[in-house]
Amino acid sequence: MLTLTGVDAGYEPGRPVLRGVDLRVAPGEVVGLSGPSGTGKTTLARVAALLLAPQRGTVEIDGVGASGVRYARDPRLRTAVGMVFQSPRRSVDARLRLRDVIAEPLRLRGLATAARAGATARTERVAELAGRVGLTADLLDRRPHEVSDGQLQRACLARSLASGPRYLVCDEMTAMLDASTTAALVGVVGAEVRAGRLGVLAISHDDALLDVWADRVVALGAAVAGPA
Amino acid sequence: MTAPALTVSDLSVRFPTGQRASRGAGSAVHAATDVSFALRPGRVLALVGESGCGKSVLAAALLRLLPADAVVTGRALLSTDGPAVDLLTAPGRVLRRTVRGRRVALVPQSAATALTPVRTVRAQLEETVGELTPGVDRRQRADELAIRVGLAPADLDRHPHELSGGMAQRVVTALALAGDPEVVLADEPTAGLDRPLVDRTLRLLREVADAGCAVLLITHDLGALQRSPGLVDDLAVMYASRLVETGPAGAVLAAPAHDYTRALLGALPAGGLVPIPGSPPALTDLPPGCAWHARRPDSGPCDGGGTVHVDGLRATRCRPPGGAPC
Repeated sequence: MLTLTGVDAGYEPGRPVLRGVDLRVAPGEVVGLSGPSGTGKTTLARVAALLLAPQRGTVEIDGVGASGVRYARDPRLRTAVGMVFQSPRRSVDARLRLRDVIAEPLRLRGLATAARAGATARTERVAELAGRVGLTADLLDRRPHEVSDGQLQRACLARSLASGPRYLVCDEMTAMLDASTTAALVGVVGAEVRAGRLGVLAISHDDALLDVWADRVVALGAAVAGPA
Repeated sequence: MTAPALTVSDLSVRFPTGQRASRGAGSAVHAATDVSFALRPGRVLALVGESGCGKSVLAAALLRLLPADAVVTGRALLSTDGPAVDLLTAPGRVLRRTVRGRRVALVPQSAATALTPVRTVRAQLEETVGELTPGVDRRQRADELAIRVGLAPADLDRHPHELSGGMAQRVVTALALAGDPEVVLADEPTAGLDRPLVDRTLRLLREVADAGCAVLLITHDLGALQRSPGLVDDLAVMYASRLVETGPAGAVLAAPAHDYTRALLGALPAGGLVPIPGSPPALTDLPPGCAWHARRPDSGPCDGGGTVHVDGLRATRCRPPGGAPC
Protein backbone atom coordinates (compact mmCIF):
# COMPACT_ATOMS: atom_id res chain seq x y z
CA MET A 1 0.00 0.00 0.00
CA LEU A 2 1.19 3.49 -0.90
CA THR A 3 -0.16 5.74 1.83
CA LEU A 4 -0.07 9.52 2.18
CA THR A 5 -1.23 10.75 5.57
CA GLY A 6 -1.95 14.37 6.44
CA VAL A 7 0.36 15.69 3.75
CA ASP A 8 1.03 19.41 3.34
CA ALA A 9 3.27 20.13 0.37
CA GLY A 10 4.48 23.12 -1.59
CA TYR A 11 7.53 24.96 -2.78
CA GLU A 12 7.88 27.74 -0.22
CA PRO A 13 8.01 27.29 3.55
CA GLY A 14 4.72 28.23 5.14
CA ARG A 15 2.86 28.40 1.83
CA PRO A 16 1.70 24.86 1.10
CA VAL A 17 -0.08 24.17 -2.19
CA LEU A 18 -1.71 21.11 -0.65
CA ARG A 19 -3.06 20.81 2.88
CA GLY A 20 -3.92 17.70 4.86
CA VAL A 21 -4.08 15.25 1.99
CA ASP A 22 -4.82 11.59 2.76
CA LEU A 23 -4.52 9.12 -0.10
CA ARG A 24 -4.11 5.35 -0.39
CA VAL A 25 -3.20 3.29 -3.45
CA ALA A 26 -3.28 -0.50 -3.11
CA PRO A 27 -1.37 -2.93 -5.36
CA GLY A 28 -3.52 -4.00 -8.30
CA GLU A 29 -5.61 -0.82 -8.08
CA VAL A 30 -5.84 2.26 -10.31
CA VAL A 31 -6.73 5.38 -8.34
CA GLY A 32 -7.68 8.37 -10.45
CA LEU A 33 -6.88 11.88 -9.29
CA SER A 34 -8.83 14.64 -11.00
CA GLY A 35 -9.19 18.37 -10.56
CA PRO A 36 -8.85 21.58 -12.53
CA SER A 37 -5.49 23.16 -13.38
CA GLY A 38 -3.70 24.68 -10.41
CA THR A 39 -5.16 22.53 -7.63
CA GLY A 40 -1.86 20.78 -6.90
CA LYS A 41 -2.24 17.50 -8.79
CA THR A 42 1.36 17.51 -9.97
CA THR A 43 2.65 18.51 -6.53
CA LEU A 44 0.81 15.52 -5.07
CA ALA A 45 2.28 13.30 -7.80
CA ARG A 46 5.80 14.42 -6.91
CA VAL A 47 5.23 13.72 -3.22
CA ALA A 48 3.85 10.24 -3.98
CA ALA A 49 6.78 9.49 -6.31
CA LEU A 50 9.30 10.50 -3.61
CA LEU A 51 10.53 13.44 -5.65
CA LEU A 52 9.31 16.15 -3.26
CA ALA A 53 9.43 16.04 0.53
CA PRO A 54 6.13 16.92 2.19
CA GLN A 55 6.19 19.92 4.51
CA ARG A 56 4.05 17.98 6.96
CA GLY A 57 2.61 14.49 7.17
CA THR A 58 4.04 11.15 6.05
CA VAL A 59 4.46 8.95 2.98
CA GLU A 60 4.63 5.22 3.63
CA ILE A 61 5.21 2.47 1.09
CA ASP A 62 4.41 -1.14 1.97
CA GLY A 63 5.04 -0.40 5.62
CA VAL A 64 8.30 1.51 5.14
CA GLY A 65 8.19 5.19 6.01
CA ALA A 66 9.79 7.39 3.36
CA SER A 67 12.47 9.32 5.19
CA GLY A 68 14.18 11.03 2.22
CA VAL A 69 13.33 11.95 -1.34
CA ARG A 70 15.16 11.89 -4.68
CA TYR A 71 18.75 10.69 -4.17
CA ALA A 72 18.30 10.46 -0.41
CA ARG A 73 15.57 7.84 -0.61
CA ASP A 74 15.61 4.90 1.78
CA PRO A 75 17.51 2.17 -0.15
CA ARG A 76 14.53 -0.15 0.31
CA LEU A 77 12.33 2.34 -1.57
CA ARG A 78 14.75 3.30 -4.33
CA THR A 79 12.82 1.50 -7.05
CA ALA A 80 9.45 1.31 -5.31
CA VAL A 81 7.70 4.09 -7.23
CA GLY A 82 8.00 4.95 -10.91
CA MET A 83 6.71 8.07 -12.60
CA VAL A 84 5.59 8.97 -16.12
CA PHE A 85 5.55 12.68 -16.88
CA GLN A 86 3.24 14.75 -19.06
CA SER A 87 5.78 15.81 -21.65
CA PRO A 88 7.96 12.95 -22.90
CA ARG A 89 10.19 15.40 -24.72
CA ARG A 90 11.05 17.31 -21.59
CA SER A 91 11.71 14.17 -19.60
CA VAL A 92 14.31 12.42 -21.74
CA ASP A 93 17.93 13.19 -22.51
CA ALA A 94 17.80 14.31 -26.15
CA ARG A 95 21.18 12.70 -26.86
CA LEU A 96 20.16 9.15 -25.98
CA ARG A 97 18.79 6.57 -28.38
CA LEU A 98 15.46 5.15 -27.25
CA ARG A 99 17.11 1.88 -26.16
CA ASP A 100 19.39 3.89 -23.84
CA VAL A 101 16.45 5.95 -22.56
CA ILE A 102 14.78 2.70 -21.52
CA ALA A 103 18.02 1.28 -20.10
CA GLU A 104 18.86 4.34 -18.01
CA PRO A 105 17.46 3.03 -14.70
CA LEU A 106 19.04 -0.40 -15.35
CA ARG A 107 22.37 1.24 -15.99
CA LEU A 108 22.16 3.27 -12.78
CA ARG A 109 21.25 0.23 -10.76
CA GLY A 110 23.90 -1.89 -12.50
CA LEU A 111 26.77 0.42 -11.53
CA ALA A 112 27.22 -1.55 -8.34
CA THR A 113 27.36 -4.93 -10.11
CA ALA A 114 29.74 -6.45 -12.66
CA ALA A 115 29.58 -4.28 -15.77
CA ARG A 116 30.05 -6.93 -18.48
CA ALA A 117 27.54 -9.42 -17.19
CA GLY A 118 25.11 -6.56 -16.83
CA ALA A 119 25.26 -5.48 -20.48
CA THR A 120 23.75 -8.66 -21.98
CA ALA A 121 21.05 -8.85 -19.38
CA ARG A 122 20.28 -5.20 -20.01
CA THR A 123 19.89 -5.70 -23.76
CA GLU A 124 17.45 -8.53 -23.19
CA ARG A 125 15.52 -6.56 -20.62
CA VAL A 126 15.24 -3.54 -22.94
CA ALA A 127 13.93 -5.76 -25.76
CA GLU A 128 11.37 -7.28 -23.42
CA LEU A 129 10.21 -3.86 -22.15
CA ALA A 130 10.04 -2.42 -25.67
CA GLY A 131 7.84 -5.32 -26.73
CA ARG A 132 5.55 -4.72 -23.77
CA VAL A 133 4.95 -1.06 -24.69
CA GLY A 134 4.72 -1.74 -28.43
CA LEU A 135 7.98 -0.21 -29.69
CA THR A 136 9.48 -1.95 -32.71
CA ALA A 137 13.20 -2.71 -32.94
CA ASP A 138 13.93 -0.07 -35.58
CA LEU A 139 12.62 2.68 -33.31
CA LEU A 140 15.01 1.71 -30.51
CA ASP A 141 17.97 3.00 -32.51
CA ARG A 142 16.44 6.43 -33.06
CA ARG A 143 16.96 9.53 -30.98
CA PRO A 144 14.05 11.50 -29.49
CA HIS A 145 13.82 14.04 -32.35
CA GLU A 146 13.33 11.18 -34.83
CA VAL A 147 10.18 9.79 -33.20
CA SER A 148 6.69 11.11 -32.47
CA ASP A 149 5.46 12.20 -29.02
CA GLY A 150 3.49 8.97 -28.78
CA GLN A 151 6.48 6.78 -29.55
CA LEU A 152 8.62 8.74 -27.10
CA GLN A 153 6.02 8.41 -24.35
CA ARG A 154 5.99 4.64 -24.97
CA ALA A 155 9.75 4.68 -24.31
CA CYS A 156 9.21 6.75 -21.14
CA LEU A 157 6.65 4.24 -19.89
CA ALA A 158 9.09 1.40 -20.59
CA ARG A 159 11.77 3.34 -18.68
CA SER A 160 9.51 3.74 -15.68
CA LEU A 161 8.73 0.00 -15.69
CA ALA A 162 12.39 -0.99 -16.16
CA SER A 163 13.30 -1.12 -12.50
CA GLY A 164 10.17 -3.06 -11.62
CA PRO A 165 8.33 -0.50 -9.49
CA ARG A 166 5.50 -1.58 -7.20
CA TYR A 167 3.66 1.70 -7.75
CA LEU A 168 3.42 3.95 -10.78
CA VAL A 169 2.45 7.62 -10.81
CA CYS A 170 1.14 8.74 -14.22
CA ASP A 171 0.98 12.55 -14.25
CA GLU A 172 -1.14 13.53 -17.27
CA MET A 173 0.64 10.72 -19.11
CA THR A 174 -1.65 10.97 -22.13
CA ALA A 175 -2.42 14.72 -22.26
CA MET A 176 -0.22 15.33 -25.31
CA LEU A 177 -1.13 12.15 -27.18
CA ASP A 178 -3.78 11.24 -29.71
CA ALA A 179 -6.64 8.90 -28.86
CA SER A 180 -5.19 5.69 -30.23
CA THR A 181 -1.83 6.12 -28.45
CA THR A 182 -3.68 7.03 -25.25
CA ALA A 183 -5.68 3.83 -25.47
CA ALA A 184 -2.52 1.81 -26.16
CA LEU A 185 -0.58 3.20 -23.17
CA VAL A 186 -3.53 2.85 -20.80
CA GLY A 187 -3.77 -0.74 -22.04
CA VAL A 188 -0.10 -1.42 -21.22
CA VAL A 189 -0.45 0.00 -17.70
CA GLY A 190 -3.70 -1.94 -17.26
CA ALA A 191 -1.98 -5.23 -18.12
CA GLU A 192 0.65 -4.61 -15.43
CA VAL A 193 -2.08 -3.82 -12.91
CA ARG A 194 -4.08 -6.94 -13.74
CA ALA A 195 -0.95 -9.04 -13.37
CA GLY A 196 -0.94 -7.76 -9.77
CA ARG A 197 2.43 -6.13 -10.28
CA LEU A 198 1.43 -2.54 -9.89
CA GLY A 199 -0.68 0.00 -8.06
CA VAL A 200 -1.31 3.14 -10.11
CA LEU A 201 -2.03 6.77 -9.28
CA ALA A 202 -3.46 8.16 -12.53
CA ILE A 203 -3.63 11.94 -12.67
CA SER A 204 -5.68 13.62 -15.37
CA HIS A 205 -7.98 16.54 -15.97
CA ASP A 206 -9.89 14.31 -18.40
CA ASP A 207 -12.76 12.93 -16.33
CA ALA A 208 -14.01 10.78 -19.20
CA LEU A 209 -10.63 9.05 -19.35
CA LEU A 210 -10.50 8.44 -15.58
CA ASP A 211 -14.05 7.08 -15.59
CA VAL A 212 -12.88 4.29 -17.87
CA TRP A 213 -9.33 3.83 -16.58
CA ALA A 214 -9.56 4.14 -12.79
CA ASP A 215 -11.15 1.83 -10.23
CA ARG A 216 -12.02 4.89 -8.15
CA VAL A 217 -11.52 8.62 -8.67
CA VAL A 218 -10.50 11.15 -6.03
CA ALA A 219 -11.22 14.81 -6.82
CA LEU A 220 -8.51 17.14 -5.59
CA GLY A 221 -9.73 20.47 -4.30
CA ALA A 222 -12.73 18.78 -2.69
CA ALA A 223 -12.34 15.44 -0.95
CA VAL A 224 -8.58 15.27 -0.46
CA ALA A 225 -7.40 18.73 0.32
CA GLY A 226 -8.62 19.72 3.74
CA PRO A 227 -9.53 23.21 4.93
CA ALA A 228 -6.74 25.67 5.42
CA MET B 1 -24.96 24.60 -50.24
CA THR B 2 -22.83 27.66 -50.98
CA ALA B 3 -20.11 27.60 -53.60
CA PRO B 4 -16.71 26.51 -52.27
CA ALA B 5 -14.18 29.14 -51.26
CA LEU B 6 -11.31 26.71 -51.76
CA THR B 7 -11.45 23.53 -53.81
CA VAL B 8 -8.58 21.10 -53.34
CA SER B 9 -8.33 18.30 -55.86
CA ASP B 10 -5.89 15.39 -55.99
CA LEU B 11 -3.32 17.13 -53.83
CA SER B 12 -0.23 14.99 -53.31
CA VAL B 13 2.97 15.90 -51.45
CA ARG B 14 6.22 13.92 -51.69
CA PHE B 15 9.52 14.52 -49.93
CA PRO B 16 12.48 12.85 -51.58
CA THR B 17 14.54 11.07 -48.92
CA GLY B 18 17.82 11.26 -50.80
CA GLN B 19 20.47 8.59 -50.62
CA ARG B 20 20.00 7.21 -47.15
CA ALA B 21 20.71 3.53 -47.67
CA SER B 22 18.55 2.42 -44.76
CA ARG B 23 15.47 3.88 -46.41
CA GLY B 24 16.34 3.00 -49.99
CA ALA B 25 17.85 5.39 -52.47
CA GLY B 26 15.38 7.47 -54.43
CA SER B 27 12.44 6.68 -52.18
CA ALA B 28 10.08 9.39 -51.00
CA VAL B 29 7.96 10.24 -47.99
CA HIS B 30 4.33 10.09 -49.10
CA ALA B 31 3.04 12.91 -46.91
CA ALA B 32 -0.27 13.43 -48.73
CA THR B 33 -1.80 11.38 -51.50
CA ASP B 34 -4.72 12.32 -53.77
CA VAL B 35 -6.40 14.52 -51.18
CA SER B 36 -9.59 16.24 -52.34
CA PHE B 37 -11.97 18.40 -50.34
CA ALA B 38 -13.81 21.72 -50.50
CA LEU B 39 -13.99 24.51 -47.93
CA ARG B 40 -17.21 26.52 -48.01
CA PRO B 41 -17.99 29.93 -46.49
CA GLY B 42 -19.69 29.59 -43.12
CA ARG B 43 -18.61 25.97 -42.64
CA VAL B 44 -15.93 24.27 -40.55
CA LEU B 45 -14.26 21.19 -42.02
CA ALA B 46 -12.37 19.16 -39.42
CA LEU B 47 -9.47 17.07 -40.67
CA VAL B 48 -8.68 14.36 -38.12
CA GLY B 49 -6.14 11.56 -37.93
CA GLU B 50 -3.36 10.15 -35.78
CA SER B 51 -0.06 11.98 -35.31
CA GLY B 52 2.14 11.62 -38.36
CA CYS B 53 -0.60 10.89 -40.91
CA GLY B 54 0.20 14.03 -42.92
CA LYS B 55 -2.41 16.50 -41.64
CA SER B 56 -0.14 19.44 -40.95
CA VAL B 57 1.70 19.01 -44.25
CA LEU B 58 -1.60 19.75 -46.00
CA ALA B 59 -1.94 23.18 -44.39
CA ALA B 60 1.67 24.03 -45.16
CA ALA B 61 1.22 22.86 -48.77
CA LEU B 62 -1.83 25.10 -49.25
CA LEU B 63 0.14 28.14 -48.09
CA ARG B 64 3.25 26.98 -49.97
CA LEU B 65 5.29 26.98 -46.79
CA LEU B 66 6.86 23.57 -47.40
CA PRO B 67 10.62 23.14 -47.81
CA ALA B 68 11.83 23.67 -51.37
CA ASP B 69 12.45 19.98 -52.01
CA ALA B 70 8.79 19.04 -51.53
CA VAL B 71 7.09 17.84 -54.71
CA VAL B 72 3.48 19.04 -54.74
CA THR B 73 0.96 18.06 -57.39
CA GLY B 74 -2.77 18.65 -57.80
CA ARG B 75 -4.89 21.78 -57.65
CA ALA B 76 -6.10 24.09 -54.88
CA LEU B 77 -8.39 26.63 -56.47
CA LEU B 78 -9.19 29.72 -54.41
CA SER B 79 -12.41 31.10 -55.89
CA THR B 80 -13.62 33.69 -53.43
CA ASP B 81 -13.98 37.41 -54.25
CA GLY B 82 -11.13 38.49 -56.44
CA PRO B 83 -9.38 36.60 -59.18
CA ALA B 84 -9.34 32.80 -58.99
CA VAL B 85 -5.93 31.57 -57.94
CA ASP B 86 -4.43 28.09 -57.89
CA LEU B 87 -2.51 28.15 -54.62
CA LEU B 88 -0.18 25.40 -55.78
CA THR B 89 1.04 27.12 -58.94
CA ALA B 90 0.60 30.87 -58.35
CA PRO B 91 3.84 32.89 -58.42
CA GLY B 92 5.36 33.61 -55.03
CA ARG B 93 4.78 37.31 -55.53
CA VAL B 94 1.03 36.84 -55.96
CA LEU B 95 0.89 34.69 -52.83
CA ARG B 96 2.85 37.22 -50.81
CA ARG B 97 0.98 40.29 -51.97
CA THR B 98 -2.58 39.09 -52.34
CA VAL B 99 -3.12 35.69 -50.72
CA ARG B 100 -1.29 34.95 -47.48
CA GLY B 101 -2.98 36.68 -44.56
CA ARG B 102 -5.36 38.51 -46.91
CA ARG B 103 -7.40 35.73 -48.48
CA VAL B 104 -6.01 32.64 -46.72
CA ALA B 105 -4.79 32.89 -43.12
CA LEU B 106 -3.12 30.42 -40.80
CA VAL B 107 -3.78 29.88 -37.09
CA PRO B 108 -0.53 28.18 -36.08
CA GLN B 109 -0.09 25.13 -33.90
CA SER B 110 1.62 26.63 -30.89
CA ALA B 111 0.36 30.07 -29.98
CA ALA B 112 3.11 30.69 -27.44
CA THR B 113 5.92 30.11 -29.92
CA ALA B 114 4.23 32.00 -32.78
CA LEU B 115 4.50 35.30 -30.88
CA THR B 116 7.74 37.12 -30.33
CA PRO B 117 8.42 37.33 -26.58
CA VAL B 118 10.09 40.75 -26.65
CA ARG B 119 7.19 42.91 -27.84
CA THR B 120 3.66 43.46 -26.56
CA VAL B 121 0.98 41.62 -28.45
CA ARG B 122 -0.50 45.00 -29.40
CA ALA B 123 2.70 45.93 -31.21
CA GLN B 124 2.57 42.65 -33.10
CA LEU B 125 -1.12 42.92 -33.94
CA GLU B 126 -0.87 46.57 -35.02
CA GLU B 127 2.12 45.78 -37.21
CA THR B 128 0.12 43.06 -38.95
CA VAL B 129 -2.89 45.36 -39.33
CA GLY B 130 -0.71 48.09 -40.85
CA GLU B 131 0.88 45.65 -43.27
CA LEU B 132 -2.35 44.00 -44.43
CA THR B 133 -4.74 46.97 -44.38
CA PRO B 134 -2.78 50.19 -44.86
CA GLY B 135 -4.64 53.39 -44.13
CA VAL B 136 -6.88 52.19 -41.31
CA ASP B 137 -6.49 53.35 -37.71
CA ARG B 138 -4.22 50.60 -36.42
CA ARG B 139 -5.06 51.04 -32.78
CA GLN B 140 -8.79 51.05 -33.33
CA ARG B 141 -8.64 48.05 -35.69
CA ALA B 142 -6.49 46.09 -33.19
CA ASP B 143 -9.02 46.81 -30.44
CA GLU B 144 -11.85 45.61 -32.70
CA LEU B 145 -9.99 42.39 -33.46
CA ALA B 146 -9.30 41.82 -29.76
CA ILE B 147 -12.97 42.20 -28.93
CA ARG B 148 -13.93 39.92 -31.80
CA VAL B 149 -11.84 37.06 -30.36
CA GLY B 150 -12.96 37.70 -26.79
CA LEU B 151 -10.04 39.69 -25.39
CA ALA B 152 -10.23 43.01 -23.59
CA PRO B 153 -8.31 45.72 -25.51
CA ALA B 154 -6.19 46.23 -22.37
CA ASP B 155 -4.95 42.63 -22.67
CA LEU B 156 -3.12 43.62 -25.85
CA ASP B 157 -0.69 45.76 -23.86
CA ARG B 158 0.86 42.69 -22.28
CA HIS B 159 3.82 40.63 -23.38
CA PRO B 160 3.22 37.02 -24.44
CA HIS B 161 4.57 35.55 -21.18
CA GLU B 162 1.92 37.50 -19.27
CA LEU B 163 -0.89 35.76 -21.16
CA SER B 164 -2.49 32.42 -20.32
CA GLY B 165 -2.46 29.70 -22.97
CA GLY B 166 -6.03 30.50 -23.92
CA MET B 167 -5.36 34.22 -24.29
CA ALA B 168 -2.30 33.55 -26.47
CA GLN B 169 -4.50 31.33 -28.63
CA ARG B 170 -6.94 34.23 -29.02
CA VAL B 171 -4.15 36.60 -29.98
CA VAL B 172 -2.92 34.36 -32.81
CA THR B 173 -6.51 34.00 -33.98
CA ALA B 174 -6.83 37.79 -34.01
CA LEU B 175 -3.61 37.96 -36.05
CA ALA B 176 -5.12 35.50 -38.55
CA LEU B 177 -8.29 37.62 -38.81
CA ALA B 178 -6.41 40.92 -39.25
CA GLY B 179 -6.44 40.73 -43.05
CA ASP B 180 -10.12 39.77 -43.15
CA PRO B 181 -9.40 36.44 -44.88
CA GLU B 182 -12.02 34.30 -46.58
CA VAL B 183 -10.29 31.05 -45.70
CA VAL B 184 -8.79 30.24 -42.27
CA LEU B 185 -6.52 27.21 -41.86
CA ALA B 186 -6.15 26.22 -38.18
CA ASP B 187 -3.31 23.75 -37.67
CA GLU B 188 -3.79 21.87 -34.37
CA PRO B 189 -4.92 25.06 -32.56
CA THR B 190 -5.91 23.00 -29.51
CA ALA B 191 -2.76 20.89 -29.09
CA GLY B 192 -1.51 20.95 -25.51
CA LEU B 193 -4.45 22.98 -24.16
CA ASP B 194 -6.58 21.64 -21.34
CA ARG B 195 -10.17 20.73 -21.95
CA PRO B 196 -12.00 24.02 -21.19
CA LEU B 197 -9.53 25.86 -23.44
CA VAL B 198 -9.96 23.30 -26.21
CA ASP B 199 -13.70 23.81 -26.13
CA ARG B 200 -13.34 27.60 -26.10
CA THR B 201 -10.93 27.55 -29.02
CA LEU B 202 -13.34 25.41 -31.05
CA ARG B 203 -16.21 27.78 -30.24
CA LEU B 204 -14.05 30.70 -31.36
CA LEU B 205 -13.40 29.01 -34.73
CA ARG B 206 -17.14 28.34 -35.03
CA GLU B 207 -17.76 32.08 -34.57
CA VAL B 208 -15.16 32.82 -37.24
CA ALA B 209 -17.05 30.53 -39.63
CA ASP B 210 -20.41 32.00 -38.67
CA ALA B 211 -19.02 35.40 -39.66
CA GLY B 212 -18.55 34.04 -43.18
CA CYS B 213 -15.10 32.42 -43.28
CA ALA B 214 -14.41 28.97 -44.62
CA VAL B 215 -12.48 27.16 -41.87
CA LEU B 216 -10.23 24.10 -42.01
CA LEU B 217 -9.60 22.72 -38.51
CA ILE B 218 -6.73 20.26 -38.36
CA THR B 219 -6.79 18.24 -35.14
CA HIS B 220 -6.04 14.87 -33.61
CA ASP B 221 -8.62 15.47 -30.90
CA LEU B 222 -11.62 13.52 -32.12
CA GLY B 223 -12.95 13.46 -28.56
CA ALA B 224 -13.36 17.25 -28.51
CA LEU B 225 -15.39 17.11 -31.73
CA GLN B 226 -17.53 14.34 -30.34
CA ARG B 227 -18.42 16.17 -27.15
CA SER B 228 -19.19 19.45 -28.93
CA PRO B 229 -21.66 18.51 -31.64
CA GLY B 230 -22.49 21.31 -34.03
CA LEU B 231 -19.15 23.10 -33.77
CA VAL B 232 -17.87 21.46 -36.93
CA ASP B 233 -19.97 20.82 -40.03
CA ASP B 234 -17.90 18.38 -42.02
CA LEU B 235 -15.34 15.75 -41.15
CA ALA B 236 -12.48 14.27 -43.15
CA VAL B 237 -10.53 11.35 -41.69
CA MET B 238 -6.93 10.93 -42.80
CA TYR B 239 -4.86 7.78 -42.51
CA ALA B 240 -1.37 7.24 -43.89
CA SER B 241 -1.48 10.28 -46.20
CA ARG B 242 -4.95 9.60 -47.66
CA LEU B 243 -8.45 10.75 -46.77
CA VAL B 244 -10.25 7.51 -45.98
CA GLU B 245 -13.65 8.96 -45.14
CA THR B 246 -15.43 12.28 -45.59
CA GLY B 247 -18.92 13.48 -44.78
CA PRO B 248 -21.10 15.58 -42.49
CA ALA B 249 -19.56 15.44 -39.00
CA GLY B 250 -22.67 14.21 -37.22
CA ALA B 251 -23.27 11.40 -39.69
CA VAL B 252 -19.65 10.23 -39.73
CA LEU B 253 -19.38 10.23 -35.92
CA ALA B 254 -22.73 8.48 -35.48
CA ALA B 255 -22.20 5.83 -38.15
CA PRO B 256 -18.63 5.64 -39.44
CA ALA B 257 -18.34 3.85 -42.76
CA HIS B 258 -14.60 3.16 -42.82
CA ASP B 259 -13.20 0.61 -40.42
CA TYR B 260 -10.40 3.01 -39.46
CA THR B 261 -12.88 5.69 -38.34
CA ARG B 262 -14.60 3.05 -36.21
CA ALA B 263 -11.24 2.11 -34.65
CA LEU B 264 -10.42 5.77 -33.90
CA LEU B 265 -13.77 6.28 -32.18
CA GLY B 266 -13.30 3.04 -30.23
CA ALA B 267 -9.96 4.32 -28.90
CA LEU B 268 -11.68 7.27 -27.18
CA PRO B 269 -12.63 6.97 -23.51
CA ALA B 270 -16.28 7.14 -24.55
CA GLY B 271 -15.68 4.31 -27.01
CA GLY B 272 -14.06 2.09 -24.40
CA LEU B 273 -10.35 2.95 -24.80
CA VAL B 274 -9.75 0.05 -27.16
CA PRO B 275 -6.19 0.37 -28.46
CA ILE B 276 -5.66 0.12 -32.21
CA PRO B 277 -3.31 -2.84 -32.75
CA GLY B 278 -0.05 -2.21 -34.54
CA SER B 279 1.20 1.25 -35.36
CA PRO B 280 0.69 3.60 -38.30
CA PRO B 281 2.88 2.68 -41.28
CA ALA B 282 5.99 4.66 -42.10
CA LEU B 283 5.07 7.06 -44.88
CA THR B 284 8.14 5.98 -46.83
CA ASP B 285 6.95 2.45 -47.12
CA LEU B 286 3.23 2.37 -47.81
CA PRO B 287 1.76 -0.96 -48.87
CA PRO B 288 0.23 -1.15 -52.34
CA GLY B 289 -3.30 -1.79 -51.08
CA CYS B 290 -5.34 -0.02 -48.42
CA ALA B 291 -2.81 0.93 -45.73
CA TRP B 292 -5.36 0.33 -43.01
CA HIS B 293 -6.09 -3.20 -44.16
CA ALA B 294 -2.40 -3.95 -44.25
CA ARG B 295 -2.36 -3.08 -40.53
CA ARG B 296 -5.61 -4.88 -39.74
CA PRO B 297 -5.91 -7.77 -42.20
CA ASP B 298 -8.73 -9.27 -40.13
CA SER B 299 -10.97 -6.21 -40.41
CA GLY B 300 -13.88 -6.34 -42.77
CA PRO B 301 -13.79 -4.68 -46.18
CA CYS B 302 -14.69 -1.01 -46.26
CA ASP B 303 -17.68 -1.39 -48.52
CA GLY B 304 -15.61 -2.56 -51.47
CA GLY B 305 -12.72 -0.83 -53.19
CA GLY B 306 -12.20 2.48 -54.85
CA THR B 307 -14.03 5.61 -53.86
CA VAL B 308 -17.38 4.66 -52.45
CA HIS B 309 -20.14 7.18 -52.07
CA VAL B 310 -22.17 6.03 -49.13
CA ASP B 311 -24.80 8.58 -50.07
CA GLY B 312 -24.74 11.84 -51.94
CA LEU B 313 -22.46 13.59 -49.45
CA ARG B 314 -20.37 10.89 -47.85
CA ALA B 315 -17.48 8.98 -49.30
CA THR B 316 -15.03 6.35 -48.14
CA ARG B 317 -11.87 5.35 -49.88
CA CYS B 318 -10.35 1.96 -49.62
CA ARG B 319 -8.17 0.06 -52.00
CA PRO B 320 -8.37 -3.71 -51.77
CA PRO B 321 -5.00 -5.24 -50.84
CA GLY B 322 -2.96 -5.66 -53.98
CA GLY B 323 -5.63 -3.94 -56.04
CA ALA B 324 -5.12 -1.15 -58.51
CA PRO B 325 -4.92 2.37 -57.10
CA CYS B 326 -8.24 4.10 -57.22
